Amino acid sequence: MSGPSNYVPKTGFERWLDVRLPIIRMAYDTGIDFPTPKNLNYWWTFGGILAVCLVTQIITGVMLAMHYSPTADGAFNSVEHIMRDVNMGWMIRYMHANGASMFFLAVYIHMMRGLYFGSYKAPREVLWILGCVIYLLMMATAFMGYVLPWGQMSFYGAVVITNFFSAIPFVGEAIHTWLLGGFAVDNATLNRFFSLHYLLPFMIAGVVGLHIWALHVPGNNNPTGVPVKSKEDTVPFHPYYTVKDAFAIVVFFILFAWFVFFAPEAMSHADNQIKANPLQTPAHIVPEWYFLPFYAMLKSVPDKLGGVLVMFGSIALLFVVPWLDRSKVRSMRYRPTARYFFLFFVVGTLFLGWCGGKLPDEVVIPVGRDAVTGEATGLTVLWVSRILTIYYYAYFLVVLPLLGLMETPLQMPETISSPVLSGKHGAGLPAGAAAAPEHKG
Amino acid sequence: MVEVINRHPNVAPGPDGHGSDGEPKSRRDFIHIAAVAMAGGGAVAVAWPFINQMNPAADTLALGSIEVDISKVVVGQQIVVKWRGRPVFVRNRTPAEIEAAAKVPLSELKDPQTDAQRTKPGHAEHLIVVGVCTHLGCVPNFGTGTYGGWLCPCHGSVYDTSGRIRQGPAPKNLEVPEYAFTGPSKVKIG
Repeated sequence: MSGPSNYVPKTGFERWLDVRLPIIRMAYDTGIDFPTPKNLNYWWTFGGILAVCLVTQIITGVMLAMHYSPTADGAFNSVEHIMRDVNMGWMIRYMHANGASMFFLAVYIHMMRGLYFGSYKAPREVLWILGCVIYLLMMATAFMGYVLPWGQMSFYGAVVITNFFSAIPFVGEAIHTWLLGGFAVDNATLNRFFSLHYLLPFMIAGVVGLHIWALHVPGNNNPTGVPVKSKEDTVPFHPYYTVKDAFAIVVFFILFAWFVFFAPEAMSHADNQIKANPLQTPAHIVPEWYFLPFYAMLKSVPDKLGGVLVMFGSIALLFVVPWLDRSKVRSMRYRPTARYFFLFFVVGTLFLGWCGGKLPDEVVIPVGRDAVTGEATGLTVLWVSRILTIYYYAYFLVVLPLLGLMETPLQMPETISSPVLSGKHGAGLPAGAAAAPEHKG
Repeated sequence: MVEVINRHPNVAPGPDGHGSDGEPKSRRDFIHIAAVAMAGGGAVAVAWPFINQMNPAADTLALGSIEVDISKVVVGQQIVVKWRGRPVFVRNRTPAEIEAAAKVPLSELKDPQTDAQRTKPGHAEHLIVVGVCTHLGCVPNFGTGTYGGWLCPCHGSVYDTSGRIRQGPAPKNLEVPEYAFTGPSKVKIG
């Protein structure tokens, strides 16, 4: 989409079309001839995996919408109808429901890849921000999709999440009523959520187009973080990365298929098999696994507005990461201290997700026993959540800004090619500048 | 030689050959501003119905009031009735529960209200509250929690026997709806 084009129309039709709508030229320049760093590892295949996830969700979703009834009376039964009566309906629904989880699994790996290898740094800030927009749209889409089966978890998920907006001072209640279309989650809410759930994936597809456009202006980052300096640092996208991406997609879909066919309910909750009842909240409500870290943050703050702000703030932080990180070194391969903070960040966020699924009073690390009741006392889920929430914030607001100024990075290779072609080009590196290039990804 | 380009051909060129730079607003500027203002006003006028259609519809608003027979609520129990799509708790409190609610000093409360302010005179035994947690809208469970009132299963807000918030993240007491006793055992809610 940018840079000089090497496309040469071969047939008469291609020449005719090329001067009218150069769409084949665009496809050739983006998907075939695009110069791509030759050292990309498998962490870089998740972009392609995510594109396939989006297409899978849209196709299965359009098919489900042919059989689904978006009314408070009919929704739950129409999902049962899909599961029992519609030809292969069970499979299409399980693909769609598990596909959402797979989509989030892939997007989290994709984001961690970006954070570790510094893919958000100049000149890729807009690319990163567009990715954050896609992630926000994904969360909205997934939330509204989860409401549609109209089970107990669907219903109370909708109740809790729409209530976030009632925490806004002064206008919160009016906004809340406006979002619901009533004074409680009901038919009007379900109906509009269905409408928006159908709309948002196409908006995601639009932003994905911008995301790819913004990728193709500066080109890919790579595991060394060293910019492409010459043609010998790159290979054409096809066949090198079309094949590598395709292989990764196949492996990813084996995992996907395993969930669909062997553990389709592994990531759902039994309470969602009960039709929504506005008069009775389930004893223990939890969101889908991909929202659990944020849910833990919400629960860790003993104040309504404060909890909502901490939760949304944790996502807002992602948008400004390019300006929070002060290090001039992109890849954490050459940041010996940062990589450990990053490791703790990933483990801590996973653990925060675990906390999100637990009751706040459960004891994680028992210290002693209560003298009266004999129950274990110690560090509770609530306090572990608080500590991990503080670390999450500290990683972005303290570690990234300060460490970049204090850390001594390792010696980086001069070019992408030099560590690979050390015999010929490695002479340019000072002695002892191994920088562990043999550790690939 | 410098070619003079008149960028605003409808406006007579100034002494230096330019129509607008540094000059008072030309007629073309006025037309631009007026057109943009009209388009902006039009956009706002069109946006309002598009936004307003999401507010509660007339039939939703019409679900005004319900009449509830409270004669079957035995002492120490509650019934749950649906009002405007939300649960309403009608609780027949025991003398001990009323006393516990009445003797709490207001200084201990996050959202200070006396028990008398939350019930009708002469009907202290009947507490009627909207059964929606003021935190994030779950339905609190009856008779659980440290204060014998309600405990919200979602984020652990604890309400006392007057439906007042005592512990947890909820900011306010359970809402007391508008209601009136229309007979010895009849209540009109809404």
